[in-house]
Amino acid sequence: MNAESGALITVAGLEMRFARKRSAADRLAGRPQQIVHALNGVSFAVRRGETLGIVGESGCGKSTLARCLVRLHQPDAGRVDYAGTDVLALEGAARRAYHRRVQMVFQDPYSSLNPRMTVGQTLAEAIRFHKLREGAGVAARVVELLDLVRLPSDSAERYPHEFSGGQRQRIGIARALAVEPECLIADELVSALDVSVQAQVINLLLELQERLHLTVLFIAHDLRLVRHISHRVAVMYLGAIVELAETEILFSRPAHPYTAALLKAAPELDPARRSVVDAVRGELPSPLAVPSGCPFHPRCPYVMERCRVEPPLLTERGLLHIAACHLDRLPS
Amino acid sequence: MNAGAFTAQNVQTEPVLSIRNLRVAFGSTRGALVAVDGVDLDVRSGEVLGIAGESGSGKSVTLRAILGLIRAPGQATGQVLWRGKDLMTLPKGELRRVRGGEIGIIFQEPMTALNPVLTVGMQIRENLKEHTTLDAAGREKRAVELMDHVGIPAAKSRLDDYPHQFSGGMRQRAMIAIALASNPKLLLADEPTTALDVTIQDQILKLILRLRSEMNMSVVLVTHDLGVIAQTCDRLAVMYAGRIVETGPVTALFKSPRHAYTLGLLNSVPRGDLVRQPLSSISGQPPLLFQLPPGCAFAPRCRFMTEACNAAKPPLVAIDADHRAACIHHADVAKAS
Repeated sequence: MNAESGALITVAGLEMRFARKRSAADRLAGRPQQIVHALNGVSFAVRRGETLGIVGESGCGKSTLARCLVRLHQPDAGRVDYAGTDVLALEGAARRAYHRRVQMVFQDPYSSLNPRMTVGQTLAEAIRFHKLREGAGVAARVVELLDLVRLPSDSAERYPHEFSGGQRQRIGIARALAVEPECLIADELVSALDVSVQAQVINLLLELQERLHLTVLFIAHDLRLVRHISHRVAVMYLGAIVELAETEILFSRPAHPYTAALLKAAPELDPARRSVVDAVRGELPSPLAVPSGCPFHPRCPYVMERCRVEPPLLTERGLLHIAACHLDRLPS
Repeated sequence: MNAGAFTAQNVQTEPVLSIRNLRVAFGSTRGALVAVDGVDLDVRSGEVLGIAGESGSGKSVTLRAILGLIRAPGQATGQVLWRGKDLMTLPKGELRRVRGGEIGIIFQEPMTALNPVLTVGMQIRENLKEHTTLDAAGREKRAVELMDHVGIPAAKSRLDDYPHQFSGGMRQRAMIAIALASNPKLLLADEPTTALDVTIQDQILKLILRLRSEMNMSVVLVTHDLGVIAQTCDRLAVMYAGRIVETGPVTALFKSPRHAYTLGLLNSVPRGDLVRQPLSSISGQPPLLFQLPPGCAFAPRCRFMTEACNAAKPPLVAIDADHRAACIHHADVAKAS
């Protein structure tokens, strides 16, 4: 592993709530304001040069977390430190400098790229804004970027709609790399792509990370992909991290029942190994009403009285392995 | 119940549905676009047949063509033989009895497939009214039973809820309940779990398998997810650019694929070993359907390609009794897998 021990991003106690719109009828009926608890105290560190995978199902807060890190949301509480500076307090030039260093790549490049700008214009705009090149240097850099993500050089003259899904995702990556970032936050980078094209984009990301020494936060719901690409993996459930460990440890010896259920539910590629019982019962609770105690307790096969009242804390389960469960170890 | 109940051994071999030379074309401004090109498929009694492929491969169009759901300007030709009748030439009234009656269908996005202004109960009762002889009280009772059967808690009180009051997983269960109302002999499922979270997907797939055994249905499952195929299907047809490129028992196809595309797909999925190593991806993009090469449509992306591949579209050839592949280099592919 080439991850150094120094933390690049440290997140502590991050909380984010969204108030739901109240209709006139709600007000007349005196119904209380509903609040979505998207993040309930998330803490972790991303080490320089590593790929940290974040997995979880819809509504677990993984995208909200990504958006808080690049300040598309202002969290209600908590702290984000980047190389020792408090990110949430940055303003003006310092904030712009931060945005240059930490770039986000979105799931759907079709809605995140400006359809009226050619690929070349999109890339050049970013380069000029951060004053990374001047004059003819800008065009040269555009060519270099297209080459980096293996798009044909005539792509600069074309518009986003002229590309296929996989190519558009390459444009999204090129756009993020245009400002020479240190850290990429990839939110469901390949979820919308076909399997064969997914593999191409994953290979590109792995190669670019090695070449440019990038730190990557890889957010996805696909466990197979996260396992393949991440040095460490954090599992989120209803706005909180329930387990974090080195990838192989997490996948071979999960300490949280939710992690175990996720692994069991992910359809295995071997037809000879089929299970007939549900991996986990019940539905995801609404983030409008997070269950008391451990948020997973209504679905947990090992639920105890204590789980209903006392939220478990993240505790050490071994070397670089933390989990939030009242059980010391999962019954096998 | 053990896993053996779900393997192909228990499946009878005579087909209940036979598709012959199915072709679906759409007129587009850039010329005729052939979405499905000469597909032959058999669905056997009690089996789960998977149709796998990437976007634009024609898997969903094939499924829709079975029930005559291709709208103009789309044109479907060929034969769809269902219990001795050709659904393609069946009069409209008779087709309506089969569609939603003997053959049920569920879609990827229940929110767009369900009627948002009718309660779920009304939509189940509507299908019962159309396809059974039950009276109003009987329909009401059966609707509760169906909701219960597909695992919707508090079935009776939820009958009066609208689709938007259901979660994604519950909506898919409701859609299955509607499809099952007529006791279908065949269930067509178009990416039924693609929009769902993995723990919910797991529950829905197991529900479909349980219902298949209990109701002795056949199921055709269209999906892009090979893991879903491996976990649920008895046999598999892989589609590429509108044609079936390989078909056979799931175990055989996964163990020794004979078409380079199947092999490439299987290798594109990370397996947990060789972490952070490059995946063996398939180069290039799927072809545009109105610019198909004259020979094998996969040839431009294929590492086994030779001059002969560009001469004519390769037919499906038998590898063994039940396994067929449309590749002239299938022996080389077998060696590489």
